[in-house]
Amino acid sequence: MDEFTLSRIFINLLIATKWTLILSLIAFIGGGTMGFVIALMRISPNRWLRSLSWVYVEFFQGTPLLLQLFLAFFGLSVLTGVNLSPLQAASIALTAYTSAFLGEIWRGSINAVPQGQWEAGSAIGFGYFKQLQLIILPQALKLAIAPTVGFLVQVIKGTSLASIIGFTELSRAAALINNVTLQSMLIFGLAGLIYFVICFPLSNWSQRLEKRLSYTS
Amino acid sequence: MAYSQPNASQAGTATLGLEPVIVAKDVEKHYDNGFHVLKGVSLTVYKGEVVVLMGPSGSGKSTFIRAFNGLEPYQSGSIEIDGIEISHDKRGIELVRREVGMVFQQFNLFPHLTILKNVTLGPIHLRGLSKDEAEEQAMELLDRVGISHQANKYPGQLSGGQQQRVAIARALAMRPKVMLFDEPTSALDPEMVREVLDVMRNLAESGMTMVCVTHEVGFAREVADRIIFLAEGHLVADTTPDDFFNNPKEERIKKFLSQILH
Amino acid sequence: MDYSFDFSVIAENWPLLLAGAWLTLRMALLAIAFGLIIGIVGSLLRTSGNRILNGIVLAYVEVIRNTPYLIQLFFIFFGLPGLGLKLTAEQAAVLSLAINFGAYSTEIVRAGVESIDKGQVEAGLAIGFSKLAVFRRIVVPPALANVYPALVGQVILAVLFTSVVSQIAAQDLTYTGDFLNSRTFRSFEIYFTIALIYLAIVWIIKGLAYLIELHFFEFAKYRR
Ligand SMILES: Nc1ncnc2c1ncn2[C@@H]1O[C@H](COP(=O)(O)OP(=O)(O)OP(=O)(O)O)[C@@H](O)[C@H]1O
Ligand SMILES: [Mg+2]
Repeated sequence: MDEFTLSRIFINLLIATKWTLILSLIAFIGGGTMGFVIALMRISPNRWLRSLSWVYVEFFQGTPLLLQLFLAFFGLSVLTGVNLSPLQAASIALTAYTSAFLGEIWRGSINAVPQGQWEAGSAIGFGYFKQLQLIILPQALKLAIAPTVGFLVQVIKGTSLASIIGFTELSRAAALINNVTLQSMLIFGLAGLIYFVICFPLSNWSQRLEKRLSYTS
Repeated sequence: MAYSQPNASQAGTATLGLEPVIVAKDVEKHYDNGFHVLKGVSLTVYKGEVVVLMGPSGSGKSTFIRAFNGLEPYQSGSIEIDGIEISHDKRGIELVRREVGMVFQQFNLFPHLTILKNVTLGPIHLRGLSKDEAEEQAMELLDRVGISHQANKYPGQLSGGQQQRVAIARALAMRPKVMLFDEPTSALDPEMVREVLDVMRNLAESGMTMVCVTHEVGFAREVADRIIFLAEGHLVADTTPDDFFNNPKEERIKKFLSQILH
Repeated sequence: MDYSFDFSVIAENWPLLLAGAWLTLRMALLAIAFGLIIGIVGSLLRTSGNRILNGIVLAYVEVIRNTPYLIQLFFIFFGLPGLGLKLTAEQAAVLSLAINFGAYSTEIVRAGVESIDKGQVEAGLAIGFSKLAVFRRIVVPPALANVYPALVGQVILAVLFTSVVSQIAAQDLTYTGDFLNSRTFRSFEIYFTIALIYLAIVWIIKGLAYLIELHFFEFAKYRR
């Protein structure tokens, strides 16, 4: 027990933080890609695509992330017979979760571009996808940046729940060390501090982006 | 002091009862940033008088009129409303405010309350009227300003002119001893200015004591008993409308008049 | 896929699930109520003009918003006993949820209050209302209307967050699922059903929120 000096605890937590960041990155890239598809489906002229994406978003926004992790980890393996590692299951669940939220955020940004912009695009003679690509998305992008960065913070915090299905990232490392040393306040305080150091700059950046946007518009 | 305090009696109030309602003496105010906005302004408003306050933008009109109900604290001098000093204790200010009605440039009706409830809110909670009494009184007042048929609408459903008339009714519902108006028609579309000025004119005829910041020359000429002119925090003139518009002495007043009379 | 679904575990254990859902709802309601009080007081302190109080509240808000709820829960449940403060799992759950919801609602309520024009306050004061009465009667109702969607969204997130308290063995809906899973290994059926129960709760909240909006915020339709 004596071996768990403050510096050793801290180093162990930092090592685990790497996995928090890797999982966040996977979720963000995977979720961003799928979220883009979801956003396009949500605004699609096709009713079926719209309904399908609506059900998807309702499910992943209306149920706890923890349950989504359980479904990916326990549920998928009994369904498919393939055993997923905690990292694989966490990646799948967090990607789905992230894509639902980013899809909604981006749909909102696209809808915030005035209807007249679509009309101007079609007046020039562009088809649907050209209008989207050349006129709508560049404008929507500007609106989307701040809330997207803000949501990245939610993703990073969300990865902590992967600890519950046994993926050893920062939170699980803290819980494991806690089991041995029982210095709960110190250990969870340190873990919280590490999360804070990662998340706070992002939150701050997002808020500044939002302010700048509201000044310019 | 560069400007002498004109004598109220020479300004055509001799016919009135000479019972002072507002007595402001040597009011000095600096804003927090150090800006010296009121430089020893004195003014007495008598019962039943209509006083119009004019002056260039930034001269301190709003600051001065808002000091009459304690919305702007000041550093020295004194202001008495109906004999009660606007003290700096909270409770005292709240009591004085009940006796002073205020109408703002931006109407400031409460968006979450119907027109009727905007008018009954104060009387019910501060004057102890029952709901029925307050509503009866409110309907009378709304009738007077020509809005009684809209009593159950929300402010957002009314035009600016209608909202301002409601705001006047709301202030009157507290049965104030004096009414303050800070540019009540400046935020209105031109076609709505008249309906508000008509209400104010009727109010003046009913004998209400009024202090109005306004640049409506017609109103000032016809309704005002006195015109007060503020410039750079000084009271520059206190005189009759006739004297003010037809016989301006100060260069600054001449310049001001040439601007507002086009 | 040759998996055969068997939902009998749900049919046989629905009273357990209902009890779990009931505890989830109770904890969420308590936490939201306390959290809202924290939010109102917090937003008042944030806007009080007192730098120290504002700083303290801001630090609280930022710490909570930038750390995972799981860590907050563990900090309170495992950490506080070290200070001689023993909490049951449910107490720790409600306390941590309230602290978490309080931080978010502080910022939401503050945004609402700041969205109200200064002229509204002055009009209230000019009638003769005290500052507190102006806040309660004139500032809060339209402020709430302005941030109502954000507040409802946060309430829903708080309800979904409660699932995490299963990890300190508070016997909520998710905990009940874990329990059934360990006995029957019908993982998919159990967790999918439980997810749907959460979804149903979320929909009920959305429905109620809509009714409340119709009733209390009718005026919001007419605002410029
Ligand atoms: N809170 C404040 N802090 C500092 N200076 C202020 C503040 N409020 C007003 N002032 C300044 O005080 C001066 C007088 O303001 P006030 O609103 O009383 O003028 P006014 O005569 O009503 O002008 P207007 O005709 O434009 O309404 C202006 O120069 C203004 O910039
Ligand atoms: Mg002014």
